[in-house]
Amino acid sequence: MRGVHEKHLEETYSKTVFGFWTYLMTDCILFGTLFATYLVLHNNTFGGPSAPELFSMPFALTETLILLTSSFTCTLSKLAAYRGDKNKVIGWFAVTFLLGLAFIAMELNEFSHLVHEGNSWRRSGFLTGFFTLVATHGLHISTGLLWMIILIIPVCRHGLTPVSLKRLTCLRMFWHFLDIVWIFIFTIVYLMGSL
Amino acid sequence: MLGRLRDVYQHDFIEYAAGYSMLIGALLLIGYLTYKKKWKWLWKEYITSLDPKKIGMMYLAVAMLSLVKGLVDALMMRAQQALSVGESHGYLTSDHFQQLFTAHGTTMIFFVGMGIIFALMNLIVPLQIGARDVAFPFLNAVSFYLYAVGAGLMVLSLVIGEFSAAGWVCYPPLSGLAYNPGVGVDYWIWSVQIAGIGSLLSGLNFFVTIVKMRCPGMTLMKMPIFIWSILGTLVLILFAFPILTATIGMLTLDRYLDMHFFTPDFGGNPMMYINLIWAWGHPEVYILVLPAFGVFSEIVAVFSQKRLFGYVSMVWALAAITFLSFIVWLHHFFTMGASANVNAFFGVMTMLIAVPTGVKLFNWLFTMHRGRILFTTPMLWFLGFVFIFVIGGMTGVLMSAAPADYQIHNSLFLIAHFHSTIIGGVVFAFFCGLTYWFPKIFGYKLNERLGRYAFWCWMLGFLLAFMPLYFLGLMGATRRLDHYDVTTGWQPLFIVAAAGVVLISIGVFFQVLQMIVSYRQRKENLDTTGDPWNGRTLEWSLPSPPPEYNFASIPQVHGIDAFWSMKHEKVEHKRHYEDILMPKNTPLAVLIGGFSFLMGFCLVWHIMWLAGLSLAGVIICMVIRLSEKNTEHLISAKEVQRLT
Repeated sequence: MRGVHEKHLEETYSKTVFGFWTYLMTDCILFGTLFATYLVLHNNTFGGPSAPELFSMPFALTETLILLTSSFTCTLSKLAAYRGDKNKVIGWFAVTFLLGLAFIAMELNEFSHLVHEGNSWRRSGFLTGFFTLVATHGLHISTGLLWMIILIIPVCRHGLTPVSLKRLTCLRMFWHFLDIVWIFIFTIVYLMGSL
Repeated sequence: MLGRLRDVYQHDFIEYAAGYSMLIGALLLIGYLTYKKKWKWLWKEYITSLDPKKIGMMYLAVAMLSLVKGLVDALMMRAQQALSVGESHGYLTSDHFQQLFTAHGTTMIFFVGMGIIFALMNLIVPLQIGARDVAFPFLNAVSFYLYAVGAGLMVLSLVIGEFSAAGWVCYPPLSGLAYNPGVGVDYWIWSVQIAGIGSLLSGLNFFVTIVKMRCPGMTLMKMPIFIWSILGTLVLILFAFPILTATIGMLTLDRYLDMHFFTPDFGGNPMMYINLIWAWGHPEVYILVLPAFGVFSEIVAVFSQKRLFGYVSMVWALAAITFLSFIVWLHHFFTMGASANVNAFFGVMTMLIAVPTGVKLFNWLFTMHRGRILFTTPMLWFLGFVFIFVIGGMTGVLMSAAPADYQIHNSLFLIAHFHSTIIGGVVFAFFCGLTYWFPKIFGYKLNERLGRYAFWCWMLGFLLAFMPLYFLGLMGATRRLDHYDVTTGWQPLFIVAAAGVVLISIGVFFQVLQMIVSYRQRKENLDTTGDPWNGRTLEWSLPSPPPEYNFASIPQVHGIDAFWSMKHEKVEHKRHYEDILMPKNTPLAVLIGGFSFLMGFCLVWHIMWLAGLSLAGVIICMVIRLSEKNTEHLISAKEVQRLT
């Protein structure tokens, strides 16, 4: 018969992963609200610049590719975790972390350009919606980066325990989810904005 | 360094009195606990506990205190309206009156309504589904503290600063920086935001609990109907509360970073806020009332001594209401001026909700039909509910016709309508459920006679307080009125309404008395069997109060009314005991609550450095929790056997 601790671990794993899925769905609604607001406000430029004047497609495409690549490396860490290869897990997460950092750096760069040109969130309803939507995603990515640091340190010290595997699974789900949200941002804000 | 806290706020005499009475009450409580040397007990048994039964009791305590506070707000408003006519301007300033109605609504919905829902969930859900705990015990405690922090921030606004005067849903542009530069709206924002996040986390937790942790054999269509109603509520919470979080977040950005979501200039759109807040707000009323339906479904069956009539149709009615409640939000503002087609759509959807609700009502009545009905206090609350809720429901259908709504929008008719549904539905269900489950939670029954007195005071008080409002509303009295002209002839009706609130307060007095008397006579009313009402669901198979781990051995279920069939089929179940892991106490949840409180307070007063530090505190607490090992303690099979 299985010991009470093993059974407990197994149950916790299934509850946590399902619970985390549920959390992601609520987060999805939160983004949905921001998307809806952006779409309502995106023509309200109040005499200021509109989307085609502000956004550079190659820049946004680079951001997108970086983020998509990070999702790919994140999945590679999952394969490594299946094989129990601790060093590769750490390595792929390190790559993911750097790509995420590069994405955030690009986004901050874009924001600071906009603000310097006088097109901050104070300028119009459109820019308010844009900054909030994109920065909320950026804030999630930053949280993900912080979370990677918090989770990888115990892996370095104690190896791949069942608990750390469970948490890394949640983190990967979070990361992929943010990727999907970004694809919507890319489509609705940048692609449709450049038309 | 101290943000805006340097500004001196002048209060008038009545505001001082309210603030200081709160302070004195808190000091008296602290003194009493110190005198009785109860601090250690409180810390060990409740504050650091991760047991949902204990957390549920704490929800109960906060919700009931909030109920009294909200009732005092109501008393003050009705007293003002009874007095403030013609030459006389009553005893409240306009500004204070506005703060009162804002505080009343916010308290009653967020801290009473949500509080009692989560209290019932914590106390009953694990017991009814045959589980030992909730899915995430630590998260559950954190959710409670976030809720309590919200309530605490709101009370604090009485003493330091002021509360919002912009109404309980805080419409911009009135709640924007241009028209409300003070800290009142910020208090509203942070108390509701923090409590709302708590509700969302709690909703997620119980959703996973119900989906993943039912005992063997309890398939979805064999769940007790109360669990179904809770599941409906949880789905609504998961869909609706993120909208609230985002919406309040945007209002916050408007106020703190000069953004233009809801400002009337710079291309903002105030109506967007109103759409969004009701996209949360309308599901919210069903979040409150679905569990009420669940409670009534349980007690009608038990006290009619029959199985519930039409279980399957009940489930589908719940599902229909859950779905429909998301496509009716616009009926809160038909007067926005959307096209006739849009208004018609939302009007028809609103009328449709009456159908599943009617199904439920008839099912309850048919459950009573040819049953052997026991007229206990819970049953009285149920019958009172039927009467008042039907009135509230019918006036609701009346208002769902957009042309009629143009006439009575924001009038006292509306106030009477939603108080009929929320007091008649939610509050009565709470008292009903509390009386019913009290012996299970505390181990002794409540005094029946005082319970009946309380019921009749509430019932008659309600009719006196709200029936006049229907008429006043039709006569043109708008809501939130702190002064009116003599020639309107409204004063007699306002005086009747005020008398009704006094009668309700007497009812609350009887309830407090009931608690005290029942506690003192608890030896005579002990529930030794664990099944004082001849119950039908699993919680009654346990001793009262249940042990920490609820079920010594996890039951196997074969149908609806699992405990009823266990009692009547007389099948000897061979009990199998196993080792049980239960979570250990931890002070981290209350610490996270403490840091959140500090953060909310600092954000209200723009003390940003300390707010940042408190956020860091929250994160550090979470990291510590993540890195803790051995968060459970083991109760061995032998020990379990010895205890049962």
